[in-house]
Amino acid sequence: MMDNTHKQSISIERIPLEEASRGIRLFKEGLIKYLLVFCSLVSIFTTVGIILVLAFETIEFFKVVPLREFLLDTEWTPLFYEKHFGIWPLLLGTVLTSAIAIVVALPFGIFAAIYLSEFASERVRKIVKPALELLAGVPTVIYGYFALLIVTPFLQNVIPNLSGFNSISPGIVMGIMIIPLISSLSEDAIYAVPQGLREGAYALGGRKLPTIFRVVIPTASSGIVAAVTLAISRALGETMIVTIAAGQQPRFTLDPRVPIETMTAFIVQVGLGDAPTGTLEYKTLFVVGSMLFLMTFVMNMWSQRLKGRFQQEI
Amino acid sequence: MESRFILETKCKRGYKYIEIASEGISGNFNLFKAGKVEEQRLSSRKTKFRTEGLSAWFGSHQALNNISMKILKNEVNAIIGPSGCGKSTFIRCLNRMHEVVPGARVYGHVYLDEKDLYEDGIDPVLLRRRVGMVFQKPNPFPSMNIRENVLSGLKLTHRLKKDEADEIVESALQQAALWDEVKERLNKPGTSLSGGQQQRLCIARSLAVNPEVLLMDEPCSALDPVATVRIEDLLHKLKEQYTIVIVTHSMSQAARVSDQTAFLLMGELIEVEQTNNLFTHPRDKRTEDYITGKFG
Repeated sequence: MMDNTHKQSISIERIPLEEASRGIRLFKEGLIKYLLVFCSLVSIFTTVGIILVLAFETIEFFKVVPLREFLLDTEWTPLFYEKHFGIWPLLLGTVLTSAIAIVVALPFGIFAAIYLSEFASERVRKIVKPALELLAGVPTVIYGYFALLIVTPFLQNVIPNLSGFNSISPGIVMGIMIIPLISSLSEDAIYAVPQGLREGAYALGGRKLPTIFRVVIPTASSGIVAAVTLAISRALGETMIVTIAAGQQPRFTLDPRVPIETMTAFIVQVGLGDAPTGTLEYKTLFVVGSMLFLMTFVMNMWSQRLKGRFQQEI
Repeated sequence: MESRFILETKCKRGYKYIEIASEGISGNFNLFKAGKVEEQRLSSRKTKFRTEGLSAWFGSHQALNNISMKILKNEVNAIIGPSGCGKSTFIRCLNRMHEVVPGARVYGHVYLDEKDLYEDGIDPVLLRRRVGMVFQKPNPFPSMNIRENVLSGLKLTHRLKKDEADEIVESALQQAALWDEVKERLNKPGTSLSGGQQQRLCIARSLAVNPEVLLMDEPCSALDPVATVRIEDLLHKLKEQYTIVIVTHSMSQAARVSDQTAFLLMGELIEVEQTNNLFTHPRDKRTEDYITGKFG
């Protein structure tokens, strides 16, 4: 008797094989699908739009200024009465500040990554890694004024003839800014190296340091290079720090002590409003923009490929 | 209820079949008649490792409990038992790899040629240069080609003499029965090989540093049957020069390749015997149950 009632109370209805509200379900599913497609297309269309605008204005620019002048002239003075359109001063400014940044960030970033993944205890790692990543979250305008008002005066005590605007100070600060990018991504790569490989090396009688430098780091190398490439791309495109602290004087030089101008800083300078739409000055914005886009795009693509290769290897 | 199963053993002379009935294991299993040579070898058995009251922990979990046994020199010593019985932990105590894992502890003694490995002043890194190890999952170094993989142990320990490199590569790969398959492509990545070849590459890598002992932690469990047979054949050759300790979850593999078998259960040593005897006349009821497939 008890058993019977119990059975009744949990008996589940037979499921009919014909779906009752098929139309509504299909409509809902379709709607959601198109919503998702739309969201993913927005960013693709934006990118394509940017590329088209850049390409169009760049072509317009080269109708007026010959490519030869753009590539061979060593002066960049589009806002002066006597105009020169040689890209080299801006390109050198960008390359110089980025190179200084990488020279600073590479050793610190990679050694921090090695420490975190191979030496730090799990507890230290859990505290230090997010703390490092916080560095990347500091607004770049703050870094910019830090470079101009603190690092430059300090460096002036050390380096004679250091101008108030220069490339070494923003370069160093930019390097500090990208340390977390390198250390965090490299740490991910090093940490992802299977424990079995470390044990394999220990089982051969390897000590810790040879194991790290001959087995672990080489295995993680493509992931580390991907991280560094991404960091370079970030440095090339960095705007605020160099605009504030590097000066705005396009100069054909690799001297880190004098004021220069980077491509990004030039775009800010013109974009702030002196150039009327449609003029040649206005078009220079897009030429420089295309150059910058091309450089960072190639870097990012390369980084992606390396990252893919790293994941394949592991 | 007559549950029977057949162990197929491959010996040098061909195939032998041992039938084991779960009921009534009497004395009728003299299929393993050791030849004269075999007998002589048995009488001159020497101990390579001796453990005394060996216990091991991971944090608060005790993986091994008071194990005292001998590992015989120039023989294949098999350790069998169900998953989690501590067999891997046991061999990892023999080259002090156990302590690489955070929170791992060991109590007791392991003697290698009568030298206590857990004495103060023993450097585990130097010990591992004499006691090689092959892992369950083949782990050739992905950043190195085949040749560099073989030489990796010597490079890691800064003992590589450049003019001997070619010779070492060839002899190690020969010993691991891999030379003929890879001699044309020594510059290809080690990871480009098949699973079985990768495992033999790892064996070659271990042999290249010239150890006395080779510890193998389920070396065939990630391999197909053909690759497994190749490695088992290899063991017969290798034991002439090295002492081999092999952990396996496959009883038939233990029966095929080993001279001595130890049965571990929940961290305890239940029985250690000459392989023939253990599979034909298990002394302990639990061993009998395990080898006849009643559990595990």
